[in-house]
Amino acid sequence: MTVVTDSTTAAAQRTRRRRKPLATRAYKVFRVVALILVVLFLLAPLFWMLLASLKTNVDIYDTGKALLFSPTFENYANVLQRNNYFVFIFNSFWVAFVSTALSIVLGVPAAYAMSRFTMHRSALVVLMARVIPGVSLLVPWYYVFSNLRMVGKFEVLILSHMFVALPLIVYIMMSYFDSLPLELEESAEVDGLTPIGAFRLITLPLAVSGIATAGILSFIFSWNNFMFALVLSGSKTKTLPVAIFDFVSYASIDWGGLMAAATVVTIPIMIIALFTQKYIVSGLTAGATKG
Amino acid sequence: MSVLNPPRSAGTRRPSGPVGAGGHFSAWANRHRKWLFAAPAMIFVGVLIVFPLAWTVYLSLTDSQGSVRAATDFIGLQNYITVLTDTERFWPAVGRTLAFTGVALAFEVVLGMCVALLLWRPFRGEKWVRVAILLPLVATPVAVGMMWRLIFDPNIGFANQLLGMVGIPPQPWLSGQDTALGTTIFMDVWQWTPMVVLILLAGLTSLSDEPDEAARVDGANAFQRFFFITLPLMMPTVIVAILLRGIDALKTFDILYATKGKGGGSFHEVETLNVYAYGLSFDYNQYGLSSAVLILFFMIIIGTMWLLTMRKKAVSK
Repeated sequence: MTVVTDSTTAAAQRTRRRRKPLATRAYKVFRVVALILVVLFLLAPLFWMLLASLKTNVDIYDTGKALLFSPTFENYANVLQRNNYFVFIFNSFWVAFVSTALSIVLGVPAAYAMSRFTMHRSALVVLMARVIPGVSLLVPWYYVFSNLRMVGKFEVLILSHMFVALPLIVYIMMSYFDSLPLELEESAEVDGLTPIGAFRLITLPLAVSGIATAGILSFIFSWNNFMFALVLSGSKTKTLPVAIFDFVSYASIDWGGLMAAATVVTIPIMIIALFTQKYIVSGLTAGATKG
Repeated sequence: MSVLNPPRSAGTRRPSGPVGAGGHFSAWANRHRKWLFAAPAMIFVGVLIVFPLAWTVYLSLTDSQGSVRAATDFIGLQNYITVLTDTERFWPAVGRTLAFTGVALAFEVVLGMCVALLLWRPFRGEKWVRVAILLPLVATPVAVGMMWRLIFDPNIGFANQLLGMVGIPPQPWLSGQDTALGTTIFMDVWQWTPMVVLILLAGLTSLSDEPDEAARVDGANAFQRFFFITLPLMMPTVIVAILLRGIDALKTFDILYATKGKGGGSFHEVETLNVYAYGLSFDYNQYGLSSAVLILFFMIIIGTMWLLTMRKKAVSK
């Protein structure tokens, strides 16, 4: 009996040993194919947009010239010159930059206090801003700012974008400060620094990568923001997303121009994302894996 | 402008001289640093959020319309009654909002989990896949909407060309009354599945290998290990992903407005609560009515969040 069982288990082990590499190899092939499909699914539409932006409108309507066509930069020239997109690019950049900078100045100390003194209820108030539908704030804002004759000014746009940026920065920085050890500050205070001095000279320099994470994400969200600018921007402060939206309100769609405009908006943010990939990923997943 | 002041005053309040230099102010600042640090941000939030929210509640009880400056009458709960008995616009919009969020989230979580599992163990070329995952995530939603408008164009779009290759008749996509909402859900899945992937991947990499290894030794196959070991351990992270993504999905506005315009199209085929409320406020100036819609919408969001947080607490135990 024992001999039989031994031989069967040995046989089973042998088949398992033989099968296992086969299974892992099959999985490896499956994984490569699946990942290629995922990448195609994610990139093909963007590639299509880029191609269309390099086509004349005649070529866009010719389905036979889907991939083979003579590229032209005419659409970009039109968009950038005739439609004054340089102004919109500057507006978008300025609003995103200032709202991010101000949110960091306000948000980082607040996140520090909320993390170190575990001010959960105060944190909740700030984080509520992530939940509230933006439209419910726009009506009162529009009322107040139009009475102050400020609708269409940069200050108003920047303030409205800070509404998105500040909670985001507080949220990311809180989980960042939570992960920084308290001992460093304590020993700095033993060595004679004041608590604020310890924050400024010890904690803040350690938090630079966290601040970069929060800042980059807040810049991206502000650059992409559409609804606030749709209501609160004027002809001089129009940002890129609103400029693109206005592109289609004409009678017939100039597809080539529209795709060039869409590419102009997305390219800068994608380049930033490529160089700051690690920060973006850590920012988006901040606090997500805590219990 | 006055709202812009707190950051500056917060800056000057910090000790600017040599650190540790005495003085009453420095001592006072250090003693009260908790509120000194938190107050500017909280005042900002209070002025820009709490006050407008209170105003929205007030507006929802009035007949405010036309100009925001026009005289208004207090009409009690009349707006809420009008909205809640409105089966033409409000309830369909509630249905679309929940359908959009539910279907999009289901796809995003299932696909997101599949892709996260594919990416879990290191492999060659990982870098490139990660780049591909990041790009849709950071793309400007309005531009993404325009991109899909071209791809889903019934006559010249790539989507119908692709269907033609496998012999499926062309679809109306965004311009069809029944297909428009589904098409916008597809766009949302394209753009936001990567977000779910990143969150779930962070969760997977923080898991300990031991339970999985033990199950492997005990002879559990890959499916058993996933459903009985990995998935239960991942549940809290899955719920966080649903929570974060769900809040944004309920409030989706950009791609809907960019692809279908005012009122969610001529038959309101993609009109969700957010699009409906925006239209009432800024296309029709029905401030009282739109405020009531917004308050109800807000309650739906809070309710969903509360349910999910309860679920997370139960799962984490």
